[in-house]
Amino acid sequence: MSIAGPCALLPREPRILVLGYGNPGRQDDGLGPAVAAGIGSLGWPNLTAFDNYQLNIEDAVDVAGHDVVWFVDAAKTGPSPFAVHDVQPSPTIEFTSHILRPEALLAIARQCCGGSPRAFLLAIRGYEFEFVEALTPGATANLHAALAMLTGRIRAMQMAAPP
Amino acid sequence: MSDVQPGQGPRKIVIDPVTRVEGHGKVTIRLNEAGEVEQARFHIVEFRGFERFIQGRMYWEAPVIVQRLCGICPVSHHLCAAKAMDMIAGVDQVTPTSEKMRRLMHYGQVLQSNALNFFHLASPDLLLGFESPVAQRNIIGVIEAFPEVGKWAIFIRKFGQQVIAATGGRRIHPRLCIPGGVNQNLSVENRDTLRKDIGQIIQWCREALELHKSFVHSHEKLHETFASFPSSYMSIVGANGGMDLYDGGLRAIDAEGKPIFEGVHASAYRDYIIEEVRPWSYMKFPHIRSLGREDGWYRVGPLAQLNCCAFIDTPIAEAARKEFMALGHGGPVHATLAYHWARLICMIHCAEKIQDLLFDGDLQGTDLVVTGERRPEGIAVIEAPRGTLLHHYTVDDHDQITGANLIVSTTNNNEAMNRSVTKVAIDDLSGHEITEGLLNHIEVAIRAYDPCLSCATHALGDMPLIVTLEDADGSVIATRVKQ
Repeated sequence: MSIAGPCALLPREPRILVLGYGNPGRQDDGLGPAVAAGIGSLGWPNLTAFDNYQLNIEDAVDVAGHDVVWFVDAAKTGPSPFAVHDVQPSPTIEFTSHILRPEALLAIARQCCGGSPRAFLLAIRGYEFEFVEALTPGATANLHAALAMLTGRIRAMQMAAPP
Repeated sequence: MSDVQPGQGPRKIVIDPVTRVEGHGKVTIRLNEAGEVEQARFHIVEFRGFERFIQGRMYWEAPVIVQRLCGICPVSHHLCAAKAMDMIAGVDQVTPTSEKMRRLMHYGQVLQSNALNFFHLASPDLLLGFESPVAQRNIIGVIEAFPEVGKWAIFIRKFGQQVIAATGGRRIHPRLCIPGGVNQNLSVENRDTLRKDIGQIIQWCREALELHKSFVHSHEKLHETFASFPSSYMSIVGANGGMDLYDGGLRAIDAEGKPIFEGVHASAYRDYIIEEVRPWSYMKFPHIRSLGREDGWYRVGPLAQLNCCAFIDTPIAEAARKEFMALGHGGPVHATLAYHWARLICMIHCAEKIQDLLFDGDLQGTDLVVTGERRPEGIAVIEAPRGTLLHHYTVDDHDQITGANLIVSTTNNNEAMNRSVTKVAIDDLSGHEITEGLLNHIEVAIRAYDPCLSCATHALGDMPLIVTLEDADGSVIATRVKQ
């Protein structure tokens, strides 16, 4: 399904949220926050970006307040430089509060806040996850590729909205 | 969700839809020659080098850097490191404004973290029942059955985050504390914003407690016995024995409630606590020195915070404490599921303390920092949401950190979590199959402690929970992975 399609139905430019999460003190786990920083620096209207170590249930309020949400996380496995997945609401229960998945957050946003944004998971491949406050060269290259793709798709969404 | 795959040998059953690698929990159940549960171990990845990571950094950076340790309780690490840095800065008492700002931040942190545990993790088990279908046993199922719970969960969490942002300037990586004090007071604007909501927050916490009690009263036997055992407890308490989650002396009690030690300053912790290393676990096993390795283990967290204190100095929480302690018939409450009840009482206490502080003019004071004569070592303790947290640093003449030792709440609860999982395995394991019910009960037991994955990464590809069943010679009989 094309991104521009559903957004073109909106009577206005879509409100887009980029939520990058991970621990910048753990090398490539900082890919999500790095994307949030890059997108946030664009300063485009109707585009919000923030980062956190992990998803939290109160993020549901922000998620519900947007038309499109991009969850951005580092990936220990999977294709390089990145993969994009559709995300659907799906509640889960974990054994620790240190885990909350995008699917569960979407379910909470829908149930508690009445918001059902279209959502994607951008999984950027990382390689090293030790206690170092810097991305590896491979992850840095993947970050640049992911940012280029994401800014392009966000621009396409915004261009597709009626003036 | 889980899946089943055939094993590679005649004695192995592997259930293995692998999705994650680190930041996970791993449970190993070992059988004896008779096929009975001999022991169960809960392994969890923890610091893996953080103590080396911080070496060489300037000591005043520590309160900020340590927030890297945890996505759920960075504020607890921030405050504990700050207290240790006070000691290094030669400051034994910060100003009233500084202490109250730190306390306000701490109560906001404990409130929102306990709310996350109770509403998101525990309430599906407790309000819908352990045996309810897993497809419904989640926060959405709870909200469908109890619509108000979703509102409580999100807005109590958000309020706690607002408190953190109001005190620390931002909800993520707040920067309130510096050695010897704080760098800002509470603005009147922020104070007035928080004042508007605190009454409602207290009321919601009370309603959540009543809802939880309705579960307990309809499942009294289960509540008392599930994954439970007598144990010792440890927490800090105030100078007069009252609950104090921010500062005080260490107090430990035995299973009958008799003191093992009390009034112990953090700087003397090594005289009372030994950290044992075992080859099969990344985690250390702290135990009380005077009781030895076998008997010296203890529990921390909300249950310990309630069991160790003599009273609570806020009225609603104190009334709730008295009702709660009646479960122990004059001694400590040992029910593992009572962690949740205790957690809710701590939430009420924190909300009441926040209300008190919001009407305390010291928070608008301008005397923020005290200086002193530099010391080479700083040790501090705080009651984090999951229990006692200790930070210990040494610093050289160039102000660089040369050593660090952290004992986090989950480490303190290490042996207790193993025992809870063992109890569940003994009660529920039948044959050589890791059933959905067994996996479910293991998770329920672990959720009571809400182990911290601390500085583990949260990257896609991590594995959340693996349960492995081994025979007496260590051969794998079955493995089941919770996705």
